[in-house]
Amino acid sequence: MLAYIGKRLLATIPVMAVVAVFVFAMLRLTPGDPAAIIAGASATSQDVVDIRAKLGLDQPIVNQFAVWIGRMFTGDFGESFFFKKQVAELVADRIEPTLMLSLTTMIFSILVAVPLGVLAAWKQGTWIDRVVMGFAVLGFSVPVFVIGYSLIFVFAIQLAWLPVQGYQPLAEGLWGCLTRLVLPTLTLSVIYIALIARITRTSVLEVLGEDYIRTARAKGLTDRVVLMRHALRNAAVPIVTVIGIGLALLIGGVVVTESVFSIPGLGRLTVDAVLARDYPTVQAVILLFSFVYVLVNLVVDVLYTVLDPRIRY
Amino acid sequence: MPYRFRPDFRQCVLAVCAVAALAFATSGALAQTTLRVVKHSDLKIVDPIWTTAYITRDHGYMIYDTLFATDANGQIKPQMIDKYELSADKLTWTMTLRDGLLWHDGTPVTAEDCVASIKRWGAKDATGQKMLTFVKDMPVVDAKTFRIVLNAPTGLVLTGLGKPSSNVPFMMPKRVAATSPGDQISDYTGSGPFVFKKDEWKPGDKSVYVKWDKYKPRAEPASGLAGGKVARVDRVEWKQLADPQTAVNALIAGEIDFIEQPSHDLLPILRKDPNIKLVDWNPLGNQYALRFNTTAKPFDNVKVRQAVVLALNQEDFLQAVIGDKQYYKLCKALFVCGTPLASDKGMDGLIESNFAKSQALLKEAGYDGTPIVLLHSTDLAVLTNLAPVAKQLLERGGFKVDMQDMDWQSVVARRVKKDPPAQGGWHAMLTSWVSADILNPVSTAFLNASCDKAPFGWPCDADMEKLRDDFARETDPAKQKEIAEAVQVRWTQYPTHVHLGQWYQPGAARKNIDGVVVAPASVFWNISKTGK
Repeated sequence: MLAYIGKRLLATIPVMAVVAVFVFAMLRLTPGDPAAIIAGASATSQDVVDIRAKLGLDQPIVNQFAVWIGRMFTGDFGESFFFKKQVAELVADRIEPTLMLSLTTMIFSILVAVPLGVLAAWKQGTWIDRVVMGFAVLGFSVPVFVIGYSLIFVFAIQLAWLPVQGYQPLAEGLWGCLTRLVLPTLTLSVIYIALIARITRTSVLEVLGEDYIRTARAKGLTDRVVLMRHALRNAAVPIVTVIGIGLALLIGGVVVTESVFSIPGLGRLTVDAVLARDYPTVQAVILLFSFVYVLVNLVVDVLYTVLDPRIRY
Repeated sequence: MPYRFRPDFRQCVLAVCAVAALAFATSGALAQTTLRVVKHSDLKIVDPIWTTAYITRDHGYMIYDTLFATDANGQIKPQMIDKYELSADKLTWTMTLRDGLLWHDGTPVTAEDCVASIKRWGAKDATGQKMLTFVKDMPVVDAKTFRIVLNAPTGLVLTGLGKPSSNVPFMMPKRVAATSPGDQISDYTGSGPFVFKKDEWKPGDKSVYVKWDKYKPRAEPASGLAGGKVARVDRVEWKQLADPQTAVNALIAGEIDFIEQPSHDLLPILRKDPNIKLVDWNPLGNQYALRFNTTAKPFDNVKVRQAVVLALNQEDFLQAVIGDKQYYKLCKALFVCGTPLASDKGMDGLIESNFAKSQALLKEAGYDGTPIVLLHSTDLAVLTNLAPVAKQLLERGGFKVDMQDMDWQSVVARRVKKDPPAQGGWHAMLTSWVSADILNPVSTAFLNASCDKAPFGWPCDADMEKLRDDFARETDPAKQKEIAEAVQVRWTQYPTHVHLGQWYQPGAARKNIDGVVVAPASVFWNISKTGK
C-alpha cells in the first residue's frame, strides 16, 4: 500500500507540470493586460509600457515561464501584481474559510444525505421515498444563490438569529465561527445532500437485491442490522467516490456561496484575481486546486481498500 | 486545622477596586466606536500616486493630508498650510505649514517632506506634470516653510495642490516620497486623521483604519474636503462585500453602517427601511463618455467624429442605465453643470440625435461603411447598457457597428492597443468619470490632445493643446472661464470624446450615522455613530 501511495504521489508531478503549462499559457492567451488595468484611465501608452516592463510582462513568454517555474521550485509563488503581497500569504489567508466551509458542508451533507438515501431505498416506492427523491430533484434545480438569499431573508433579516455575512476565524472563537457558517453551510449542502442521497439510494437498492442480503434476512437478522452492516457497507464505494469528488469540487467551487455570504475564501480570491488578470495569484491558486483534486482522489482510492477488502493495489 | 477564608477589610477594598478597574477597562473597550463601510471596490493598491483608482484615492484621504483642499463650494482652501502668499510678480509662492503636524510615526511634518511629495505627485499626475513645467525651483526656507518659484505665472499651483480627485497631491514623508513614481510605496506612514492598519489589511476582505490621536484638525468646520478633519469614530473598517444584495441585507441587519454606492435597482428597498437613510454625498456626481480612437480610420476624420456627436443623445443613455430621473441630469457642458466653468457655448444642436444631419455629414466625409468596433463592457452594472444604446443610435445615424462583448478588464486592455480595429484594436468605448476629475481643461484627461502622450484614443490637435496651455497660464478666473469656453468650442470642431450626461449615486447609511461629508470623494472624518 505504501508503495502504491508513493507511486501515486510521484504521479502528481507530471500532472502538476501539465496544469502549470496549461494555466500559464491560458492566462497569457486570454484577452486582458494587467499593466493597462493598473495604469488606469489617465495613463499614457508609455505608462502602460513602463508598468509592463516592471512586471516582466515585456519578456518573451518562454522566459516568463522559466522565471516562474524557477521560483516555484524554491517555494516562491511570486508577488501579486496588485496587492504587493506575496501570493503564498494571500492564499494562506484564504484557505481557512474555504476549508471550514467545505468541511462543515460535507459533514452536514453526509450526516443528512446517507440516512435519507438508505431510508428511501428501504422504503422504496412509499411516500417517504417520493419525498426524499422530490427533495433531491428540488436540490438540484434551485440555484445556490436563490437558496442563500432566501435563508438570509428568513434567518438573518426577519428572525435575526444569524448574521447575514462574513467569516470569523476559528482562532477568534469557535461559536462566532460556527454561527457565521450555518447559513452558507445550509445553502451549499442542499445540492450535495441531493446528490449523495440519490447515489446512496441507488447503491443500497442495488445491494438489497443481492443474494447475501437475502441470506442475512433468512438468518433472522433485523432490518437495521441488514441495512447498516450488510447493505450500506457494500454500497459505500460509489458513495465515497461521490463524496470525494464533492469535497474536491467544493474547495474550488464555492464562489457563489462565498460571494452571497461575503466569505473571504479561495473561490473569491480566484475570481478577483482572474478579473484583475493577476497572473501570479491565478497560477498559484489553480495549482493548489489541482493538487487538492489529485490528493482527494488518492484518499478516495485508499478508502476503497478499507471499505472493500477485495480491492488491492 | 482546615484553612478558613476570612477576608479582611483591606482585601475587600482591593478586590472591589480590581473589579471596578476591570469594569472600567471593559467599558472603555466597549465604548470604542467602529464604523463599518462597504466601499465601491476592494482596496488592492495602496499608493495613491501610483494609480488613479478611486478606491486608492479614498484610502489616501484616510491616512494622508493635503496642503490645500477643495471645499463644499468648490473653493481651494488651505489644509496643512497655515499661511501662504504670492509675490507681486506672481512668480513666487511662499507656504508655511501649520504647527503641530505629525507623521504617524510621531515625527514632525517638514517642508522638505512636502517638496518631495509635490515632486513625486508632479511626475505622475497630468495636472501636476503641467504645473511642474512652470516650476523653476522649490527651495526649503526652514522646517515649516518652502517656496515654489515659477518661471511664468500660472493658475495651476492652487488648482493642482487642492485637486480633489485622482491623483490627489497627498503629502508623504520624504523617505517615502523618494520612491520612484514608477514603483509602489511600501511604507504607509501618513499624517492624516486615520492610521492604516497594515497588519489587519486583508485584500478581498477588509481594510482597517484607526483614529490618529495626535492629528491636529483645523479649527474650521468640515466643508467638502477642506476644514477640520475631526475623526469622531475610533475605527473604520472597509468591508469588501462583492455582492450588492448582500451589502444591502447587511445594512438592513445593522451589520454595516454605510454603503458608499448601493446599486440603483436596490434603492427602493433601502428607501422603504425606516432605519436607513439615503445620503447624497457627492452632488457633483459622474459623467458618462464615449471615447474615440482618433488614430483609427474612419475616426481619424474629424467629420466622422462630428457625425457621432450629432447621432447621440444623453437621455437614451441615462434612461438605459440609471432609469430614475432623480439620479441623472442632461448636461451639455463639458466641464460639469453647476461648476464655475460650465457653459453651453457652441453646443446648440449637438448631442440631440439629429440622424439626418449625421447621415449627411457622413456622406460628406466619404464614410465607406467601415464597421465601427465598439467595445461593450458586460460585467459592470453602471456601464453594461451604454454600448447597446450607442450601437442603436450610431446605426440610425448612418454607421455600421460591430459591437464586441467583453468584461471590463478586457476593455481596459484593449483600449490601450493601437492596432487596427480589425486586428484587435478598437474604434470607440464607453466609460464614466467622477465629475471632480473633469472640472477644467487641464484635468480633463480626454481633452489632452498631445498625440502619443495623450491617454488612449490619442487625439492630436495643436489648437486644443494651445488652449489648455493658455488655461494653465491664466490666473484670472474670469479669463479662465473664457478659455474654457474656447476649449469647448474647439471640442465641437475637434471632438475627442462625447459626454453623455451626468449621473448621481447616493450612499445609504443607518440612521444612527451622522455627519457624512458632502464631497467628490467619500471620506470618513466628521462622521459620528451613536448606539448600535
